[in-house]
Amino acid sequence: MTEPTTRDPLGNTALGRRAVLAGGIGLLVLALSVRALARPSLQQAVAGFTGGAPVTAGRVKLTLPPLVENGNAVGVTIDVESPMTAQSHVRRIALFNEKNPQADIAVFRLGPHNGRARIATRIRLATSQTVIAVAELSDGTYWSSEANVIVTLAACIEDLT
Amino acid sequence: MPGPAARLIVLTGVTGLLIVLTSHASTDDISPGERRSGRDFMAPETQAIQADDTANPGMLWVLQGAGLWTQKAGPADQSCASCHGAAQASMRGVAARYPALDAATGKPIDLTGRIAQCRSERQGGTALPRDGDELLALTTFVAHQSRGMPIAPPDDARLTPFRDAGRQIFTTRMGQLDLACASCHDDNWNQRLAGSAVTQAHPTGYPLYRLEWQGIGSLQRRLRNCMIGVRAEPFATGSDDFIALELYLMQRAAGMEMETPGIRP
Amino acid sequence: MTKALVSVPKTARRGDIIDIRAMIAHPMETGYRMGPNGVEIPRRIITRFVCTYGGEEVFFAEFFPAVSANPFVSFSLIASASGTVGFEWTDDQGQTESASAEIVVT
Repeated sequence: MTEPTTRDPLGNTALGRRAVLAGGIGLLVLALSVRALARPSLQQAVAGFTGGAPVTAGRVKLTLPPLVENGNAVGVTIDVESPMTAQSHVRRIALFNEKNPQADIAVFRLGPHNGRARIATRIRLATSQTVIAVAELSDGTYWSSEANVIVTLAACIEDLT
Repeated sequence: MPGPAARLIVLTGVTGLLIVLTSHASTDDISPGERRSGRDFMAPETQAIQADDTANPGMLWVLQGAGLWTQKAGPADQSCASCHGAAQASMRGVAARYPALDAATGKPIDLTGRIAQCRSERQGGTALPRDGDELLALTTFVAHQSRGMPIAPPDDARLTPFRDAGRQIFTTRMGQLDLACASCHDDNWNQRLAGSAVTQAHPTGYPLYRLEWQGIGSLQRRLRNCMIGVRAEPFATGSDDFIALELYLMQRAAGMEMETPGIRP
Repeated sequence: MTKALVSVPKTARRGDIIDIRAMIAHPMETGYRMGPNGVEIPRRIITRFVCTYGGEEVFFAEFFPAVSANPFVSFSLIASASGTVGFEWTDDQGQTESASAEIVVT
């Protein structure tokens, strides 16, 4: 027994429609992967900052609210354990994200005259994701801290058109 | 940076709430003891931004407004300060009383409308666009002088019909989702709309800095967002309908503390 | 007119670690947003922020589009001498805006 071929009013067979649909999904996947390739991964972004040097988790405390009301302004505080003396201090701190269109957020340069390695700022997060802070110390070592953030969305937003 | 995908989720949220709301059609007022500012519904981190003037981005518009207050404009070559002096004294408590009756037209006028009127009629300058940065900055600066003071709507019988009209708008279902302001803000203020709290809609912090806007905006802009949310055609900016609604909302929030510049998600 | 708010203590004792805050009005337009009619809104962001103390650079930041509109940053300084704390923001079109505050160190 053969299955009857279904036809829609335009004469396309069901198979034809499915093939078109599959082709469409294929293109979409391609487009998404091209877009994903456009930004480095979180690991690649960190490696770009450290020049490939190893990064150890610790010494850095990254504070972000676990649940964010609006991704347009997320308060971030970074504290690095350091005596901040001429001999031993934090040279740079970089912030990276996992899922924004661009991995970089900000890079800060500081030194012994800051007295304390503590920085606060406000950042944008397009969606729920991981944020990482990497500190470069004066001895050339790199230390990091990660945080996962859930981003919720505002109600009743504007119609831009 | 929420894009179209984000908007879709918000729409889904509104539709989800609709199911709850249609089974609950009464519109009871919130009792005075239960009234809460939108500030109380926010995350502690967002509250902290509002509480600290060195971190509150709305203060940038207060600063701009302070500069404009003393800047001469128009052929009359007068500044706001030329007539009103230091705003810290002359404008204290003024915003808490608006919208107020405009004697010339016999209709209510809101604070932004009054400042714009002063600008074009007394200073003789070119009219400032209603949602433009300068008029917003001046309104924010003037409203900031009432921060911490209770909202004190004028006790003027001539405003009553306009207030009633505002209440009528607040309780009338509108838009494709067929929701009234009251359906959410009187009847379901302790619920959530997707991830967001449904608040009681007290206009205590306007003009306020909405994180969603990434800037300061007027109460009418917020009302426009609400109307778009329920798929209604928003009233025209500065229209009698919007002023009547503002008038009713301020009456509804009478006695609550002014917060300008507020922060909201 | 520069729309910037900076916070520096008016006085401090020598050796104190003081809290510095700086905020400036700027859209920090990411370049990833579409305006009405699907037209891409061009990127316009502040890329560099510098703080100087007594003429010396004491803090520097490089910003990317993921820094919020109206950028805010806070950091610390050791109060070493009375003088000017200067702030300068530079955007990707090369425009700079600046602000400053005086501190008396005893």
